[in-house]
Amino acid sequence: MAHIELRGVTKTFGAARALSDLSLDIADGQFFVLLGETGAGKTTTLRLIAGLEKPTEGRVFIDGQDVTGWGAAERDVALVLQQYSLYPRYTVRQNLEFPLKSPIRPSSPAEIAARVARVAKTLRIEHLLDRKTDRLSGGEMQRVSIGRAIVRTPKVFLMDEPLSALDAKLREALRAELKDLQMNLGETFLFVTHDQVEAMSMGDRIGVLNKGVLVQVGTPHEIYTNPINTFVARAVGSPAMNLMPGAVERGQAVAGSLRLPLEGAESGRPLIFGIRPEDLELGGEGAPARVVDVENHGVEKIVTLQVGAQALRATVPVTLRVVAGDAVGLGWNPGKVVLFDQATGRSLRHGG
Amino acid sequence: MAAVRTRGEVIRHRLSVTAVLVILLITLAPIFWITATAFKPRNLATTMPPTVFFEPEISPFVKLFTKRSQLREPPTEEVYNAAPWWEKTVFDGGEKVVRSGRGEVQPSGYPSRFLNSLIVAITSTVLAVSMGTITAYGFSRFKVKGEDDWLFFILSTRMLPPVVVAIPMFLMYRAVGLNDTHLGLIILYTAFNLSFSVWLMKGFIDEIPKEYEDAALVDGYTRMQAFFKIVLPEAATGIAATAVFCFITAWNEYAFALIMTNRRAQTAPPFIPSQVGSGLPDWTVIAAGTFLFLLPVAIFTFLLRNHLLRGMSFGAIRK
Ligand SMILES: Nc1ncnc2c1ncn2[C@@H]1O[C@H](COP(=O)(O)OP(=O)(O)OP(=O)(O)O)[C@@H](O)[C@H]1O
Ligand SMILES: [Mg+2]
Repeated sequence: MAHIELRGVTKTFGAARALSDLSLDIADGQFFVLLGETGAGKTTTLRLIAGLEKPTEGRVFIDGQDVTGWGAAERDVALVLQQYSLYPRYTVRQNLEFPLKSPIRPSSPAEIAARVARVAKTLRIEHLLDRKTDRLSGGEMQRVSIGRAIVRTPKVFLMDEPLSALDAKLREALRAELKDLQMNLGETFLFVTHDQVEAMSMGDRIGVLNKGVLVQVGTPHEIYTNPINTFVARAVGSPAMNLMPGAVERGQAVAGSLRLPLEGAESGRPLIFGIRPEDLELGGEGAPARVVDVENHGVEKIVTLQVGAQALRATVPVTLRVVAGDAVGLGWNPGKVVLFDQATGRSLRHGG
Repeated sequence: MAAVRTRGEVIRHRLSVTAVLVILLITLAPIFWITATAFKPRNLATTMPPTVFFEPEISPFVKLFTKRSQLREPPTEEVYNAAPWWEKTVFDGGEKVVRSGRGEVQPSGYPSRFLNSLIVAITSTVLAVSMGTITAYGFSRFKVKGEDDWLFFILSTRMLPPVVVAIPMFLMYRAVGLNDTHLGLIILYTAFNLSFSVWLMKGFIDEIPKEYEDAALVDGYTRMQAFFKIVLPEAATGIAATAVFCFITAWNEYAFALIMTNRRAQTAPPFIPSQVGSGLPDWTVIAAGTFLFLLPVAIFTFLLRNHLLRGMSFGAIRK
């Protein structure tokens, strides 16, 4: 169990800047998810915390202790890598024993056996123990990787997209298992992913990383309902938030040919109106829109609408009858509209 | 192997099989020739046309290992009957085995030359491969300033034909007393093979994901321990391939061995042909020496064949 803090961490590789002035606080026992696109610097952040890279600037603290100069072996963290984390020549059992046999933190043979048995049981890999790891399926491999991390009791668990190589079903199952595991262990987890669904469903807190800059940190709810800027607004939610450039005129949001009611906003200022698909309403009175496409997702439908030059997406209950080509009235829930400054893209609620 | 189906494929398959057989024949013919000659009676070794069918004899090997001298007259019946079977084969050839005053058989120069070859080849191979592996690991895993230049420099040591430096080397070796020593040859052969070993091993180590070591570091191991526990076993294939190449180079080296050694540290390659010149050449003995000389490489390669097959593809079909 541990509290992790990064203070003003910058990491450059030659001329390339992987992380810029990153400050991050992860509370003890928290499941923290770092969300970012490919190349955002997620792996770099993990490697810095693990001690596999040294920051160009800034400091790393674990449990209040400055560990910036420490090597990986001394930091007592566990790491599940994106790939290649199992030793190919070893059996599953040998892989699980490996961290326990380290000379820096030796365990007795009896304890090693007990711990391996317990982890194998937790992850349901008992039947695989004597198999070579290159004879495992992707899901089994990831279980063993996770097993190798939890077989000892490190200060913190670092996981680098451990589920991204798996198929959807297995990913969902392991997602739930990991979350359960973290709750049972009560340990600090730093989980890295580019999958916003994974981030939203697993994280106690989420940090959104964009090109080496930590853009926003908050609970999944905060990030979803109150994104700090248009980048975050686009990054989370599926389908993403609708963003419409426009301005407020006499109590109405005007974006192209679209006019919808909006109170209490400064008139004339160039803005971007952000509205989640589920906060759009179809039918009844409202701005005229044309249905372009309807996707049925079982519990809901995703409707693509054309309003002038603007394409919008709305999620509606399956019971609502719409087909492509329909003309509908479009309304929204004005209370849910997020306003962004058009020049900076920053949300007005966050001082944009 | 893909199943052969269409007519065109059948023909192409037959053609390639034929080509392989022809190449095999061309390659194996000298080896067969040497092997056959090593077991021939002396008078059949140089017949024209060549003798293909004969009763194999062991006498060339007896002669290879013993010091002999010409007999002026045949041995007396008593001496002949008292001699052990192998000595009789020498008498049959019109020679006698030289014995010391106390009757001990005097060995020829061959066993000690063979041993020298083994010592020099094995030691220099071990040195070149281990140093090469560590150097390659450093180049592969750490940022080295001017890495490409260093690697080119290492390779460039290989571009000069070694014989060009033979005379200066000889003079330097004489000055420091390394002439005709095992150490001298070992240093030379290690230096020959090192550049090759570094390049080959770098290719293999580059193929090993460094994530394995990262995982080991996080698991509480030092880089050294990670190297020995994770990298070395993964690099076994490359090490085997590199070792075979280095061993063959050192084992076969002729020019420097000829120049730098004459007795104490002489290896088999310069020794075997030197026997041609003493008296009438006995080709069967030379063939026997050559035949035995071929064996270590064959055995070494055979033992490592599984690694080699994977290693020859230079990582292209690893796993
Ligand atoms: N060892 C390195 N040398 C040079 N550049 C690097 C190195 N490691 C990372 N980078 C660069 O730093 C940036 C961040 O890389 P990082 O691996 O942290 O991204 P990521 O968010 O993990 O991406 P992904 O989702 O693809 O794994 C990238 O632009 C990458 O090219
Ligand atoms: Mg990554």
